[in-house]
Amino acid sequence: MIGTGSAPSPFGQLSGPTVRKVKDPFHGDLLEVSMGPQHPSTHGVFRMDVTLDGEVIVKLKPVFGYLHRNHEKIAENTSYLGSMPYTDRLDYLSSMSTNWAYALAVEKLAGLTVPDRAQYLRIILAELTRLVNHVCLVGFLFNDLGTSFTPLLYAFREREKIIDLFEALSGSRMMCNYQRFGGCRVDPTPEWLAAASRLVDNFPSFLDEYESMLTGNEIMLARTQGVGRLDPKHAINAGITGPVLRASGVNYDLRKVDGYGFYPRFDFRIPLGDHGDTYDRYMMRILEMRESVKILQQAFRELPAGPIMDPKAKLRGFRPKPGEAYGRLESPKGELGFYLLSDGSPNPYRYRVRPPSLINLTLLEEMCLGHTVADAVVILGSIDIVLGEVDR
Amino acid sequence: MLGSGILKGLAVTAKNFVGSYHDPARMVTVQYPEERSKLPENYRSFPLLVCEDAADPMGTLRCVACQICEKECPPQCIYIEKSKDKKPDATGKPQLYPTVFAIDTSVCMGCGICAEVCPFDSIKMDQVFEVAATDRFTELLLNREQLAKPNSYYHSIHPTEAAEVDARLAAARLAAEEKAKAAAAAAAAKAAAAATAKPAAPAQPPSAPPTASASSTAPAPGAEAPKSYSRVS
Repeated sequence: MIGTGSAPSPFGQLSGPTVRKVKDPFHGDLLEVSMGPQHPSTHGVFRMDVTLDGEVIVKLKPVFGYLHRNHEKIAENTSYLGSMPYTDRLDYLSSMSTNWAYALAVEKLAGLTVPDRAQYLRIILAELTRLVNHVCLVGFLFNDLGTSFTPLLYAFREREKIIDLFEALSGSRMMCNYQRFGGCRVDPTPEWLAAASRLVDNFPSFLDEYESMLTGNEIMLARTQGVGRLDPKHAINAGITGPVLRASGVNYDLRKVDGYGFYPRFDFRIPLGDHGDTYDRYMMRILEMRESVKILQQAFRELPAGPIMDPKAKLRGFRPKPGEAYGRLESPKGELGFYLLSDGSPNPYRYRVRPPSLINLTLLEEMCLGHTVADAVVILGSIDIVLGEVDR
Repeated sequence: MLGSGILKGLAVTAKNFVGSYHDPARMVTVQYPEERSKLPENYRSFPLLVCEDAADPMGTLRCVACQICEKECPPQCIYIEKSKDKKPDATGKPQLYPTVFAIDTSVCMGCGICAEVCPFDSIKMDQVFEVAATDRFTELLLNREQLAKPNSYYHSIHPTEAAEVDARLAAARLAAEEKAKAAAAAAAAKAAAAATAKPAAPAQPPSAPPTASASSTAPAPGAEAPKSYSRVS
């Protein structure tokens, strides 16, 4: 009976700073609900311990680790190359970016240079991955909003085309295992490049159709505007990165800040939001896709001929010199980093992943307080988590 | 006007609904078991072992049991036992062969690293995907007889890659043959030199076996060696 002040609370330690007093003393108790781990809106095995006052959230604790697969320890016990297919399984919606982040760290460690053509190919594939990831995200977000499956399937129709390209290039739809230390594994054929270029040219028309269907929808506006606000100060303090941070108006994108790969050669802009609410986070994704299309068109225009592997790179018996390296890039979800410590043996002595999904989840409570359970589902959908990456 | 956004959205869904009957861009599904979309050439599922001759798959495996794939396999699903004796490989060099080569496809994640690191172009990625089984221990644990597929099958699934591999192997075979020929020629020259040197040696009784002719036959097995391996070409 929190609020009445007579009986002890049945919830024990609930008087933290995040617990609101119940306004109406005659109204009743707080209710603790465990959302998940098997719940259609949690995007995987993820649990939210929610404390409710009526329908309003007064406390929320994200609980994760159900999909923990010992990724870092496995990587410390396999060769550098052997961890590459495991990185596909971190963020399984955007394996090409994850591959690249790991390759970036190993290349720093071993001092490998990447040929021009491979740099362009990496940018092409990373931006196609961004399209795949964001298209999935908006689809799932609308599913969370209650538009049962129509927007999701339209989004998946587009995603499928890109995934087919990945399959034709790397051999697998999602577990691409494409990047290598010092370059890329397969050189795309001219037909592949033509098909990819055609897809990219047609992509804005899909976005226009999608936006005319949903962006102006009054129900969607009512459900997302002003919901799950995140102010920039909090976001920066918690280390939030990616579209979630930029929706709060903080101009921080590693493609501009670090300028890794050949990104400084490309002409693109970073979309920024004003309010940091769910609607801004949705719009960030749409606008980023439009910028990605620009980058892709430029990359297809300028793609040089030449080798795709550093001749110094070794496939077998790869032993980098002792040292440490941190490679990071702007994955579709935020700053994805790999920290490697080498002792000169064939496997890393320490291997650590900085997963953007996990760190973006830490402010879930801040965003959800004062909103209803239905809004918590939407807010979680707008953060864009992949549990493979959160739990590792 | 309130509701115009919803109406606009409904127009889009209506367009998609009608289009799904006649517009090829919106007809994206296939009726799977009857209809099948073509797999891309690079598609990979599980490993296979290439053998040269479909009639004698175990005798003509390209695998030389070097165990590099076993070492590099990230989930460690390959198990190999080396042979005690040697057999000629695809380039004609006597090599070991695997007496046991097993892949647990219930563990395999199809990353393709085994095929990538194989220096003998022996292990390649198959394209089968309908591999459901009712028992995970016996049906999914493939032995070398189940893994061996003839080169013609490999050509049928990865034509470009297989042609490259064949060209590379043919070049290696040619180089090996030339090397053997050169070695045979050198041995013959050496023998001839020895034969010419022999008469200068102290005179021997005519009844004794002619050592010069014996030494001239010595390089013959070396020269003939590549021919006896001709079944691989």
